[in-house]
Amino acid sequence: MFSDELEKISWEETTQTIQAKTTKDVEDALSRAHNQLTVDDFMVLISPAAQPYLEEMAQLSRQYTQMRFGKTVSMYVPLYLTNSCTNSCIYCGFQHSNPIKRIILSDDEIMNELKAIKKIGPFQNLLLVTGENPREAGVDYIENALKLAQPLFNNLCIEVMPLSAEEYHRLTQAGLYGVVCFQETYNKVNYNIYHPRGMKSKFEWRVNGFDRMGQAGVHKIGMGVLIGLEHWQTDVTMMAYHLRYLQRNYWQTKYSVNFPRMRPSENGHFQPNVIMTDKEYVQAMLAFRLFDHDVDISVSTRENKEFRNNILPLGVTSMSAGSRTDPGGYATYPQALEQFAVSDERNPADVEKDIHQHGYEVVWKDWDVILQ
Amino acid sequence: MENLILGDKTFSSRLFTGTGKFSSNTLMQQAIAASGSELVTVALKRVDVEDKNDEMLNHIALPHVVLLPNTSGVRNAKEAVFAAQLAREALGTNWIKLEIHPDPRYLLPDGEETLKASEELVKLGFIVLPYVQADPVLCKKLEEIGTAAVMPLGSPIGSNNGLQTRDFLRIIIEQSKVPVVVDAGIGAPSHAAEAMEMGAAAVMVNTAIAVSSDPVQMAEAFKLAVQAGRMAYEAKLGKQSMGAHATSPLTAFLSE
Repeated sequence: MFSDELEKISWEETTQTIQAKTTKDVEDALSRAHNQLTVDDFMVLISPAAQPYLEEMAQLSRQYTQMRFGKTVSMYVPLYLTNSCTNSCIYCGFQHSNPIKRIILSDDEIMNELKAIKKIGPFQNLLLVTGENPREAGVDYIENALKLAQPLFNNLCIEVMPLSAEEYHRLTQAGLYGVVCFQETYNKVNYNIYHPRGMKSKFEWRVNGFDRMGQAGVHKIGMGVLIGLEHWQTDVTMMAYHLRYLQRNYWQTKYSVNFPRMRPSENGHFQPNVIMTDKEYVQAMLAFRLFDHDVDISVSTRENKEFRNNILPLGVTSMSAGSRTDPGGYATYPQALEQFAVSDERNPADVEKDIHQHGYEVVWKDWDVILQ
Repeated sequence: MENLILGDKTFSSRLFTGTGKFSSNTLMQQAIAASGSELVTVALKRVDVEDKNDEMLNHIALPHVVLLPNTSGVRNAKEAVFAAQLAREALGTNWIKLEIHPDPRYLLPDGEETLKASEELVKLGFIVLPYVQADPVLCKKLEEIGTAAVMPLGSPIGSNNGLQTRDFLRIIIEQSKVPVVVDAGIGAPSHAAEAMEMGAAAVMVNTAIAVSSDPVQMAEAFKLAVQAGRMAYEAKLGKQSMGAHATSPLTAFLSE
């Protein structure tokens, strides 16, 4: 299990190692980038020493991305099934103690949402999202939602609470393709500051969830850290370790990485501890692409239109569009509370138009239920 | 230039092309036209076979082009056989490019599962074109089972690294009774020409055309390289020799 591997890696030493990287380290790593780089090389590429090399990294990143993925971007859309949650993540609008209206979509409401999504774009990749409420929206509920969605979407992923290997396996039988789960932060010492109560406070259960996904044979595993909690360079390095570990152990699985940035809050909610600049975000993305030519790099609508357009050729391979991050937001309850503020509010057709203008083709469908 | 007979069809072009990675479907269509290719592969997972207006299928529905669905995405023989049957039903062709790569990173083919699936698909009446490692023994076994061709790789898919497996490709070509189509890794027209000079029946090219800055011109470059390589093969290449010619013959004594 990855928790055993993580024990062997010191957070503080990793942080120091990254800071100590030199120009020579960067040039050495770049000269080897055609072959697979090590986690140590990754640390070099996200270090302050690599910042003057962003253009060179970007050129390589574009080249490797195009070789592997072509001039294409795959498109997905999230569907929030519920904002009901027993966790207390201090940065999240859905946290248990927040006095908001809790919604768990019924079968009819789910069908309405699915049909509404189909009206805004020819989506085939659907991400079903829930909070963590095993009693009222547990694995049975998720399984049912997958079955409802399957006739309309060829590729079904979930972003829900960590499950057991048996449960993941059961969901693959119901049409599940991939699982997205955010570790949020790999800093085990501080993890509980952000996740004080509920199942999510159990660091090991969450971090080993990825092993369980691999054991269950899901086709794709999406990983993520939330930028804004801990030192970002160290957190993405831990994710790079985790990615290599998973690839060696679960070699039949595809992987994606996410590292969304938390925005400063204007209304007295949680303020991020760390601000990642656009330049740093790009650096992290380029470093992931050079570290792994095949990993799917996903950018959500948290990022704004201009920025998403600009980073398109730098290594991005999938994007969401037209997203509503509140349950029922497409058709049923258009005014409910969002989990996070969407910065890119273009409709999918406009996103597609912009992607075409940048010389890329949108891939709506890259999976078929018959292959399940 | 001799025509290529493959399965129950005759082809004047020995360049096969793919449909992935293009920056637009229009450009893909133009590139296919410029390549002169008469056999185009398409991933079943990328098309909606139930949609009459499927963008990709419409763009490759050209009169002189044979559609070759592939099973990309399957992880074992069972899934491959299932996918092939659906492709046959939906697209009305019994041609199948069998791709079984359980490893989603380098997309390297699983020989064991490919052999199993080929056996079954041949029995079910398919024209099977299996994507395989450049493994001469596996290629002979596939031929014995009845595949229409073998498609060994030159180097990993999308790598543009050329014929890294050339020693094994030579053996496969030397031994094979079915057409040998070099698939994957061909990154430049010179690589394609090399494969054709070696005696490959055809080559399959996708990434090198699709991600070039000018896919249409690159497609034409590949067309010419494949023709040149084939013509050279048919005209029989002169021997290459680095050594000097001996001045004192070693066997002159025999005619004394």
